[in-house]
Amino acid sequence: MNAPVREITSSRRAFIVSAVGAGGALLVGCSPAEMLSLGAPKLDFGAFGPFIRIDPDGSVTVVNKHIEFGQGSHAGLAAIVAEEMDADWDKVKIVQAPANAKVYGNLQTGGVQGTGGSSAIANSWDQLRLAGAAARAMFVQAAAARLAAPAAELSVKDSVVSHAKSGRQATFAELLTSAGKITPPQSSTPKSPADFTLIGTDRVRRKDAVAKSTGTARFTQDVHLPNMLTAMVAHPTKFGAKPKSFDDTAARKVPGVVDVFQIPSGVAVVANDTWSAKQGREALKVEWDEAEAETRGSDVLLDLYRRAAASADDTPGIKWQPWDTRPAPTPPATGPVVAASYDFPFLAHAPMEPMNCVAEIGGGKLKLTFGSQVPTIDQLNTALIVGALPAQVEVEQLFAGGSFGRRANFKSDYVSECVHIAKHVGGGRPVKLVWTREDDMTGGYYRPLAHHRLEVQLAADGLPHHWFHRVVTQSIMKGSPVPSKGLDESAIEGTKDSPYLVATPYVTGEAALIDLAVPVLWWRSVGATHNAFVMEHTVDQLDRKSTRLNSSHLSVSRMPSSA
Amino acid sequence: MATTLNINGKDVVVVAAPDTPLLWVLRDDLLMTGTKYGCGIAQCGACTVHLNGQAMRSCQAPIGSLAGVKITTIEGLGGAHPVQAAWIKRDVPQCGYCQSGQIMSAVALLAKTPKPSDDDIDQAMSGNICRCGAYQRIRAAIKDAAGVVTA
Repeated sequence: MNAPVREITSSRRAFIVSAVGAGGALLVGCSPAEMLSLGAPKLDFGAFGPFIRIDPDGSVTVVNKHIEFGQGSHAGLAAIVAEEMDADWDKVKIVQAPANAKVYGNLQTGGVQGTGGSSAIANSWDQLRLAGAAARAMFVQAAAARLAAPAAELSVKDSVVSHAKSGRQATFAELLTSAGKITPPQSSTPKSPADFTLIGTDRVRRKDAVAKSTGTARFTQDVHLPNMLTAMVAHPTKFGAKPKSFDDTAARKVPGVVDVFQIPSGVAVVANDTWSAKQGREALKVEWDEAEAETRGSDVLLDLYRRAAASADDTPGIKWQPWDTRPAPTPPATGPVVAASYDFPFLAHAPMEPMNCVAEIGGGKLKLTFGSQVPTIDQLNTALIVGALPAQVEVEQLFAGGSFGRRANFKSDYVSECVHIAKHVGGGRPVKLVWTREDDMTGGYYRPLAHHRLEVQLAADGLPHHWFHRVVTQSIMKGSPVPSKGLDESAIEGTKDSPYLVATPYVTGEAALIDLAVPVLWWRSVGATHNAFVMEHTVDQLDRKSTRLNSSHLSVSRMPSSA
Repeated sequence: MATTLNINGKDVVVVAAPDTPLLWVLRDDLLMTGTKYGCGIAQCGACTVHLNGQAMRSCQAPIGSLAGVKITTIEGLGGAHPVQAAWIKRDVPQCGYCQSGQIMSAVALLAKTPKPSDDDIDQAMSGNICRCGAYQRIRAAIKDAAGVVTA
């Protein structure tokens, strides 16, 4: 069942790599990697490189290039370094890396700094093991001199280097000065997994449990900076609508409201605090231009999807694209047909922390402070708005209260919104954009609406003989920097290449992708959230049907696996 | 307008309209950001605090109604509270955004029901949503803490 997972990873990767290319097109003659580094501030890493810092007390701090939004990257990445260094795990700390694609890029996504596709541990594995092993070698070499013992006779445990023969030992703290002067080894050898003492044990615990159990963990929503303004945006009530005119008379009378102005995505209300911004927005009157808006509701759209899927003839405007074609059976099989159809609603990601961002633009400042899932993309989109080089955009990474894909958006929608507002405010004055829960639920970028229609003809043995399967949904990748050339794979991942279809002789798989003005985005396992559900549920239904129709019992265990 | 609030045992004078929800006074005026904003309409529980010992949603408590009320926030638990210790021991938080509210609801439950059954826990905690789905660990940590609290 690994194939769909690989599909997800590869489509996200393709998107990110090309997104950099799209932004990089602004800078003629630059490769994406060069483009991303132009104007980047020089980072001073210290003796142990960009991923490891060691304090005078010998405690090890690991620099996490990925976001921590619940998945546990803090613990996982810290453990890799601690394992290789044989550092005292209890004293290992972890901090977030700044945005710097050249140093902190994701090695599975073409060097774009970002978190997705379950890649944080996998792409960091060799990188952090080598960094940890190199740091350990530096301490061992320093200890060899200090303890007057051959390096080969030294062992390391809990940040202490020991020489068993002489009984002498030295701590990382004692060795720090001399170890820091040693040239890092050109190549270092990570441990054999058989020698792991930390990874794979239950000693690996969350590094953020204390902060998150005491209310001290810092999320974007918690940022308060001197002179900071808080903004809310009145968004159109229909997707695709634009502000036509607005009356801010009452909004400006709300105590605490500082300014009201239009931005591309709506009308911004800027205030001294969150409650004033909310009151101000409620007092604002906006007239929307709905000429290009999606005015149909979910029920109407679903009806369109159902009719298209059920129609024998092509419905006008509906283009069927094959995702699996194995010629229809001749002569037609005569077994019973099981029909099923499924509806899947638009789904909001609904993380506990609604979308938000803090931006400081102007007066020599160009900084974002927030939970950024793909800092490189957010740098690119910010740079496009303010007219800067992407690497000049500083990003201070914070915890995010969930994401489920929502904070990885090729349009950086809420980030761009915050940047537009902060640019208008100007002078580098900090602006915190706050989306309310209602903004978050109605703000789009949903898992797309989908309808599936299946007709499965069973053979005499009760197994599927001909699998007819139509998927009607919306392309996630269309409108991205990498629109799919053929069929958007994210629409049918989990159905196409399903192990259940491997041994089915005849498969007619078609998909119709409908253009809507409703913004859609990847949501957790992306297409598999509806496609894999349909496969599992349909096989279960066939199993029951087959039991009733035929003495031959179709069981899941009889279905060939992909392995 | 100046209002005196008793927060974590101390009287604090705040200047805000009486209809301002306690949530925003805590977060924006007093910079006590442990109490979280998740929905603003009492549907998620992230903003849970104690009002005279009762778990309440601070987004629905206008400060004008809180004269003489003892307010306790996550900061007021001190960090070494048995429920917090149980949370840390079990690695309960994932993204962590809901956990201040979860902990405040759990503390209020145990104050009233020192040895809660699963049903008691479900009932007391049903207003606190965790999008990461940490419910199993939340229940286990409450049971851990129950052993400590009643000692």
